[in-house]
Amino acid sequence: MTDTESQTPRTPSLEMRGVTKRYPGVLANDAIDLEVKPGEIHALLGENGAGKSTLMNILYGLAEPDEGEILMDGQPVTIHSPADAIARGISMVHQHFMLVPVLSVAENILLGDEPMANPIFLDRRAAHARIRELGTNFGFDVDPDAKVGSLSVGWQQRVEILKALYRNASILVLDEPTAVLTPQETREIFAVLRQLSSELGTSVIFISHKLYEVLDIADRITVIRRGKVVGERIPAETNEDELAQLMVGREVQLTANRGESKPTDVMLVADGVRVADDRGREVVHGVSFEVRAGEIFGIAGVAGNGQDELVEALTGLRKTMAGRVTLAGRDISAATPRDLHEQGVAFVPADRHRFGLILTMPITDNIVLTDYHVPPYSRGIVRNDDAIRARAQECVTEFDIRTPSVSVNAGTLSGGNQQKVVVARELDRDLKLLVLDQPTRGLDVGSIEFIHARTIESRNADTAVLLISAELDEVLELSDRIGVMYRGELVAVVDARGADKEDIGLLMATGGRISPEATKVMSAELEQVS
Amino acid sequence: MAENPVSRSRPTLIRRIGQLVIVPAAAVVGGFVVGGVIILISSLANGGLDFGLPFSAYGSLFQGAFGSLRGILFTIVSAAPLVLGGMAVGLGFKAGLFNIGAQGQFLMGALGAAAIGAYVAGAPGIVAIPAAIGAGALFGAAWGFIPGALKAWTGAHEVVTTIMLNFIAGALIGYLITGPLEAPGFSFSRTGPLGNAELPILFGTSIHLGVFIAFLLIPVVWWILWRSTLGFEIRTVGANPDAARYAGMHPAAITILTMSLCGLLAGLAGAGQILGISHFMNASYGSSIGFDSISVALLGRAHPVGIMLAALLFGALRAGSGLMQIQAGIPVEIIDVIQAMVLLFLAADVMLRRLLRVRGPSIEPDELATVSKTYGSGTI
Repeated sequence: MTDTESQTPRTPSLEMRGVTKRYPGVLANDAIDLEVKPGEIHALLGENGAGKSTLMNILYGLAEPDEGEILMDGQPVTIHSPADAIARGISMVHQHFMLVPVLSVAENILLGDEPMANPIFLDRRAAHARIRELGTNFGFDVDPDAKVGSLSVGWQQRVEILKALYRNASILVLDEPTAVLTPQETREIFAVLRQLSSELGTSVIFISHKLYEVLDIADRITVIRRGKVVGERIPAETNEDELAQLMVGREVQLTANRGESKPTDVMLVADGVRVADDRGREVVHGVSFEVRAGEIFGIAGVAGNGQDELVEALTGLRKTMAGRVTLAGRDISAATPRDLHEQGVAFVPADRHRFGLILTMPITDNIVLTDYHVPPYSRGIVRNDDAIRARAQECVTEFDIRTPSVSVNAGTLSGGNQQKVVVARELDRDLKLLVLDQPTRGLDVGSIEFIHARTIESRNADTAVLLISAELDEVLELSDRIGVMYRGELVAVVDARGADKEDIGLLMATGGRISPEATKVMSAELEQVS
Repeated sequence: MAENPVSRSRPTLIRRIGQLVIVPAAAVVGGFVVGGVIILISSLANGGLDFGLPFSAYGSLFQGAFGSLRGILFTIVSAAPLVLGGMAVGLGFKAGLFNIGAQGQFLMGALGAAAIGAYVAGAPGIVAIPAAIGAGALFGAAWGFIPGALKAWTGAHEVVTTIMLNFIAGALIGYLITGPLEAPGFSFSRTGPLGNAELPILFGTSIHLGVFIAFLLIPVVWWILWRSTLGFEIRTVGANPDAARYAGMHPAAITILTMSLCGLLAGLAGAGQILGISHFMNASYGSSIGFDSISVALLGRAHPVGIMLAALLFGALRAGSGLMQIQAGIPVEIIDVIQAMVLLFLAADVMLRRLLRVRGPSIEPDELATVSKTYGSGTI
């Protein structure tokens, strides 16, 4: 045996063998085998609830496997806690960042592993120097003294990655890292990950549901469905359709069949709307647009450019400072959420945990959250449990909400099923206007397909649809017309036909002021082309 | 769906109840064990450890509370104000409010009942009794309305404002009873005789009308919480005020209303004590009922039925402690030690779960979440 030969089948830096984890009534992981080589970017692909998170929680010491073993560099290890995991060089970047906003970048990075100059004081200087050095090497020059709360989401993610670098992680797990990033930011993070794997030999486990991203970044892809590994692929030898089919277990319509829109009357008009944020700063500066019945108007924009405040103002959750909003000619600028609900406005909020659902309450209560006070769900102040149960049962069946019963708490459902509860409640009635704010954030392919199809169905039923999403792909896929929001202004409105992803991405990232005239010309040109 | 849903949900219901009960039950056992150790140590004063002493002490405690009809009735009478006070705190928990002000609301209810009761003493009972009880309820409700309104309109946290209002209530009572409300002809400062406003004894020697009201309100509060739209609004605001706003509810109004209802319940407890037991109020009227109510609500998991059981336990401790002091020579103050230890064990929920190896995800109960929630979340 020569030297080179002995090196080729390199010992995997991580091996999980036959990992099985049972929860009452659920087999979350069923004899899963996962092998990650040194310096490999390994994508873990699967629907929500497929068992990816459970597997990673086991790796990170947050859950104990019932069966199976974990090997690192060929040696069996047991990981009882995140501290164990970190000590063995495993770092995890969670979907919801685990950062303390009021602490500085350096403090966040040191947290849990503070370098001591002596038994009492931190060695700040050495820590800062190390953080700067790491930052420079990987092309993100972040000020160690900057408060994390003041950084953009993209930079916060870099702080999380820096944290892993600082701890000399040999295995870096990233849970849906691109969900909050623009296409440009995603490219930058991908460059960093590639550099990590090639220069430092770090193994990266990349959890995602975005198929094209996985194909772009991964060296190898493991697909998990219902707790089992259903396939392992190399990007060069597979494609999006095959991956989607593996993941969902059936053929999937990856791009929604949008069909022709037949816009009719103007339904929603926003005219010079100005809105302030919680701190009273104006963050929406005179936005004007209209949405017609039977069309989907998509607003693209990086999170935090005033979309949240605009949507809250349109749905009665926030006061407008100035401007006028009308629905089918009626002024709704000062309408309450209940007024709007009664006038046929449905709202699927971005943060289903904050606005959309009461996680500690059963599906039944959540299904009637906006209708609990009217017959048949109550008579006077007396609730009618039978009617509520019947309604919930109906929604569960019609919207294919996977749940053992309608009396389980909404918090126990998977993200996709939680969102289906919200969508069932909001969509399943006569509507004039449907407002969807990040309707598929964090959802799996199957749920996304379902929600997109439902959205188009609503549009075809002559509902005006306003779609706000930080996922440019989603806006492009569903919308008939697209507006781009940047720093509180609608910087462009274009026809979706022929809209270019890169152009819109650039507009999202820079605002790249296209004058209204230019926009009109563009639309006119498109009109002619078609 | 294919399986029989009943047979599937049964065991989970039992397990759910088990999970709810195990920590409070363990806390009670823990409280008694620590109390027993202290009793054991106290026997050193009489020369040498007497390992039988904790058992004989608890034996006479039990006998005092349940050993005779008189004891049982005393237990029930002692539990009644704790039932109301416990619900005054527990209802707040359901709306995401930590009502530490049950003490002040209790005192104001007592004051209202004593003052108005003395004022209408000459009227026929059918008028005087409802007037006096109603006054207690209203005074208590007003004392709950204030922190509710302060929270809704200015964002002032109810923990801070209700503690302040507890002090204000005590000082106000001191002033009024030594001043404007002082009845002439007594050797000390007190309110006037109640006359026809005294609550009738309906059963045995001590079960007055107020006790019946307290226990009757248990199903009423339960019904409001789980069968009415108002209760749904209260629970929704408590669980997630943002979603409540989204659903078209008015968290500010619900907060004010809930705090007023809490005050009303605590006020009724005060009215019952004055009109049914002490029959007057003096300038230094004191009672720990308002504070014990917090323990009762926590031990009872903010559920009306749990609160009733917790109140009966605390009532039994009060009722039996006298006999324990006489027979075993253990001072009644040991009761406070036991109660305090129970509360301490409850607060150490996570530790208890570890020790008892309670399986499954440790979902923080609403009431503890409310207690541990950070302050200063701003206006609602």
